[in-house]
Amino acid sequence: MKVRSRGRVDALAIALGESRLSLMTQGEQKKTALCDEHVRLGARMVPFAGWLMPVQYTSIVEEHQAVRNNVGIFDISHMGQLIVEGAGAREWLNTMLTNNVGKLDVGTGQYTFLLNEGGGIIDDLIVYQVGEEKFLTVVNAARAEDDFAWLQSHLPAAEADVSAARAVHLINRSANFGGVAIQGPRIAELFHALFGPAADLPSRNSIADLPFNGTTVSVARTGYTGEDGIEVFFRSEAAVKFWNAVLEKGKPFGMKPCGLGARDTLRLEMCYPLNGSDLSPERNPIEAGLAFFVDLTKSNFIGRDVLIETKEKGPHEKLVPFRMKEKGPPPRPHYAVFENGERIGEVTSGTLSPSLNWGVGMAYVSATHAKIGAQIEIEIRGQKFPATIEKKPLYKKS
Amino acid sequence: MNVPDDLLYTESHEWIKREGDNVRVGITDHAQSELTDVVYVELPKMDRQANAKEAIAVVESVKAASDIYAPVKGTVVEVNKALEADPGLINREPYGQGWIFVLKLDNADDLKQLKDAEAYKKQIG
Repeated sequence: MKVRSRGRVDALAIALGESRLSLMTQGEQKKTALCDEHVRLGARMVPFAGWLMPVQYTSIVEEHQAVRNNVGIFDISHMGQLIVEGAGAREWLNTMLTNNVGKLDVGTGQYTFLLNEGGGIIDDLIVYQVGEEKFLTVVNAARAEDDFAWLQSHLPAAEADVSAARAVHLINRSANFGGVAIQGPRIAELFHALFGPAADLPSRNSIADLPFNGTTVSVARTGYTGEDGIEVFFRSEAAVKFWNAVLEKGKPFGMKPCGLGARDTLRLEMCYPLNGSDLSPERNPIEAGLAFFVDLTKSNFIGRDVLIETKEKGPHEKLVPFRMKEKGPPPRPHYAVFENGERIGEVTSGTLSPSLNWGVGMAYVSATHAKIGAQIEIEIRGQKFPATIEKKPLYKKS
Repeated sequence: MNVPDDLLYTESHEWIKREGDNVRVGITDHAQSELTDVVYVELPKMDRQANAKEAIAVVESVKAASDIYAPVKGTVVEVNKALEADPGLINREPYGQGWIFVLKLDNADDLKQLKDAEAYKKQIG
């Protein structure tokens, strides 16, 4: 038995040859403050984006269902946390990101993109305004160093003398901070069990600092699963205490620790893109169907010209969700997509959806073929299997 | 991890059970536990002739597709159709109802190349 294709590059190496490989390379991987807890819980640890991370504790399907039906906790300490502050922070960030930072108030956040000059996606991220002149961005682990270097090279200080009114400071706090995502329909009950009955659960996309056991943690009502949930950011010293408190207080609510495997199936059912698979520097947000998070009315941001051109001419290819029409092998990244015998694109994400018990995925296909309801075929090991282009999301709560 | 003494094994985690001129083949308990959640099995074609170490079946979990090899040279004489409806049999009964195919042996001496339970246990640590 040998793994022939994987769900995501260099990531979810759960089959045999690869877990051996991961043992050999474990020493080279960074560890989050929660690593020992994962091992204690029996997690299968794999290298992911330079980090040693749990891919699953018991079963991807069980963990997936815990989040859909109850509540689950994910270690997201590998994700980058960059702080941007100063009198010029808002204005400068607005030239770096696609969404309109000007629409944020203190305590709110938004999904957005960091683009290169060609409009290609360096990273997708959430930016929270956490003070009058202070922003927290939470970025993908694999991109954190590149994001920081890119932002740093574009700081106003790099250009010329900067007046106090335009001062911007960029800090990479990733090494000293961690985080967890707690996701699932029972989040409100668990939140009050953790923070007390009088604590206010932040509203959707909002973030607030809350006291916890003598320390302060930031609680954001955001996530990557399609379920109600929170993401909690804290200093690394508080990580183990907070993690264990959630597991303990979560017991009555059916809480399960969840790994990257379930994180991937959950996000894919919602058609949330995965950077490195569905997004890349060769793709822009309009092709990815995420123009909602791009404000072209802003006068200036990196990549804007290309996006305006893409919007006017229409993208050559579009990212579309699809669902297999028959029970069969699940779709995987890099499988070819056909329509009427013509090759029209390639799968970027695919899995067997645990909620639907059906093969689903996303693919870039030529724009002329990117129509909801279109009948396409996915080529799997030389054989073509029928599928239908669907509307987002692939999974809706009944 | 369950490694029955009366079976033979490959380095690539198939188990082999001698049945006269035939061998029954599946994947080990260790392999199914590493894969977890088997969701699809592509069975070999009946009457297919295969060389040793030739990929002839595919087991897919939620995250990965894995090739399954013919442990020795032979001809496929039986496939486990039950896996098409219930691929989870591989997880629940890797050495029983979760078998994958039966090969008619080309040369019974080929079995000498395979590992015994002791050697396989050593391999998986």
